[in-house]
Amino acid sequence: MTSSVSPARTDAAPMIEACAVQKWYPNGFHALRGVDLTVQRGEVVVIMGPSGSGKSTFLRTFNALEDFQQGSICVDGIVLSDDLRQIDAIRQEVGMVFQQFNLFPHLTVLENLTLAPVLVRKRPKAEVEQQARALLRRVGIAEQSDKYPGQLSGGQQQRVAIARSLCMEPRIMLFDEPTSALDPEMVREVLEVMRGLAAEGMTMVVVTHEVNFAREVATRVVLMADGEKVEEAPPEQFFSNPTQERSRRFLDQILISNP
Amino acid sequence: MTPLLRRLRQDLFATPADGLVTVLLLALIGAGGFAVLHWALGQAQWAVIRANSTLFAVGRYPLDQQWRLWLLTALLAAATGLSWGMLRSHPRPDRGGSLWPRNDWMAVGMVALLSLALPSLLGLALPLQLRWWAIAALLLLLRWLAGRFGPLLPAPLKRCLPLGLPLLYLLGMVLIGGGLALEPVSPSQWGGLMLTLLESSFAILLCFPLGVLLALGRRSDLPLLRWGSVVYIEFFRGAPLITLLFLGQNMLGFLLPGGVAPERVWRAAWVLTLFAAAYLAEAVRSGLAAVPRGQLEAARSLGLSTPQAFTTVVLPQALRVALPSMVGQFISLLQDTTLLSLIGLMELLGTARTVMANPAFLGRNAEVYFTLAVLFWCCCAALGLGSRALERRLNPSTLA
Ligand SMILES: Nc1ncnc2c1ncn2[C@@H]1O[C@H](COP(=O)(O)OP(=O)(O)OP(=O)(O)O)[C@@H](O)[C@H]1O
Ligand SMILES: [Mg+2]
Repeated sequence: MTSSVSPARTDAAPMIEACAVQKWYPNGFHALRGVDLTVQRGEVVVIMGPSGSGKSTFLRTFNALEDFQQGSICVDGIVLSDDLRQIDAIRQEVGMVFQQFNLFPHLTVLENLTLAPVLVRKRPKAEVEQQARALLRRVGIAEQSDKYPGQLSGGQQQRVAIARSLCMEPRIMLFDEPTSALDPEMVREVLEVMRGLAAEGMTMVVVTHEVNFAREVATRVVLMADGEKVEEAPPEQFFSNPTQERSRRFLDQILISNP
Repeated sequence: MTPLLRRLRQDLFATPADGLVTVLLLALIGAGGFAVLHWALGQAQWAVIRANSTLFAVGRYPLDQQWRLWLLTALLAAATGLSWGMLRSHPRPDRGGSLWPRNDWMAVGMVALLSLALPSLLGLALPLQLRWWAIAALLLLLRWLAGRFGPLLPAPLKRCLPLGLPLLYLLGMVLIGGGLALEPVSPSQWGGLMLTLLESSFAILLCFPLGVLLALGRRSDLPLLRWGSVVYIEFFRGAPLITLLFLGQNMLGFLLPGGVAPERVWRAAWVLTLFAAAYLAEAVRSGLAAVPRGQLEAARSLGLSTPQAFTTVVLPQALRVALPSMVGQFISLLQDTTLLSLIGLMELLGTARTVMANPAFLGRNAEVYFTLAVLFWCCCAALGLGSRALERRLNPSTLA
């Protein structure tokens, strides 16, 4: 790795430092208009905002699934650039959980977990399998390890997806609306797993509309609208006393459906 | 009324109109079947097939070297029996399955029946008939052994077994063509079913990786690669195979330095390969399009490199989707080998034409063509059955 990696890797340095990030999609759409965000180690940052405000786009720049044109992003001391080796290095440190789970349907649950650690980290298969089983136990689906993803419920699939990311032993976890595709009764089991993760001190950035989760778990809540960061505050303040008119309108909307 | 009769009545004679259609169709099928049988058993003179059975099988392959082909056949039978047994003894973890499903008993019956009946119908000499029986016995014996004792083999050995198949293919090439201390047999002496199978298997095996690469190239971010793949695919899909075959015969001679232009047989095999690859690329492309974008993103976000993500996540899913249309391509490739007779190769149709041109067998065209059709039908049916078995094995019982 290059020199930009090691010196910055002290515990005091922030885990994610995004400065004035601007992104245009190839069709010219200006999706991010100079967004800043700093996430310290062990923090849980929740990003909220109306549909189309650029939450997913922003989140996906952290592991280079989306590129950006201006500004800078530094993840765990590694500056994001076009250098492919750095991108691969960052992706090993950053786990991501998607709204649509994106499990590999042709592999069993256990194989979904062991694929990347064996292939990317070159760890011995037996050892990874042991770790994978432990992770599956932790997210409460130990008995399903030989099934295929298509044989599981949505909530179970999302928990497998979380375990799959954890199996790479990431330092940061990104969640893009992890519960939006789930039936209400399954939302709780997924949030439970995420709460556990946060309690263990995992650094997390979560795009979600789950107000209760944000209230209880988040260290900070960020509101985005039209590609900009509108408000950033601790949850108590964000939900009871937002400073911006835009935040108030947004909160009125989601608090009606989400008391 | 028995349940069977009741069901028949419900399915076939539910209304008067249904009944009428059923009766008419039955009459048609019956009349057609009767006519074919009447012809095959009564009027047809099968001497033309009996007298030329070796020619149809291997062409003018030198008699004193034919032991090599017998050896190859035995090896292929052994490999078939072994793979068959191993597959059955290792059912998929999520599905289970018996070591001897009913289909397998039917297949065993077919093998036994064919090996017993066909050689004697063809009027082969007794030693030759015995060889066929021995080969069939070998196949069935290995099927049983692999099914019974396969699971006891050490795991590393089991993982290496599939590597034997490409080795066997290369060995087969050597056995057929000579080399490695074997007397060379020039490709101009190859013919019959052997040549048909050689050409089509060569093209099928090579067009597969080529087609996958072309399909990936067509989706690549590199403009040169993308346009190169598009031009290639459209060129080969735009021209009739027969013109490409003639072009290959004439042009490869100019393109390559004098004397090294490959034998006609190999030139034709390469043209077939390049041609089939273009169609295969389209089949694979439709498979790739069916894999959701999130799959690649998930793989990449786990740290897999693009090649790793494609080989372990995207391609396995894409090929599963593309399998039926790929097998369709393989089947039409097999049938397209008949065009090789037009550029003077002695594959099945070429052999048939020389046989029919022989004054001794004047007017026996129907018998010859009928035999050819049955042979092709058997090969295509085998491909189709194999692919369906593969599909069943590959598809997890419920895909998300
Ligand atoms: N590939 C693309 N090309 C062009 N525009 C895009 C593309 N992807 C997203 N956009 C646009 O960028 C904006 C931000 O999209 P993004 O997916 O980040 O929103 P979001 O806040 O995650 O919304 P949601 O809550 O619906 O998921 C949207 O207006 C969307 O239409
Ligand atoms: Mg989104």
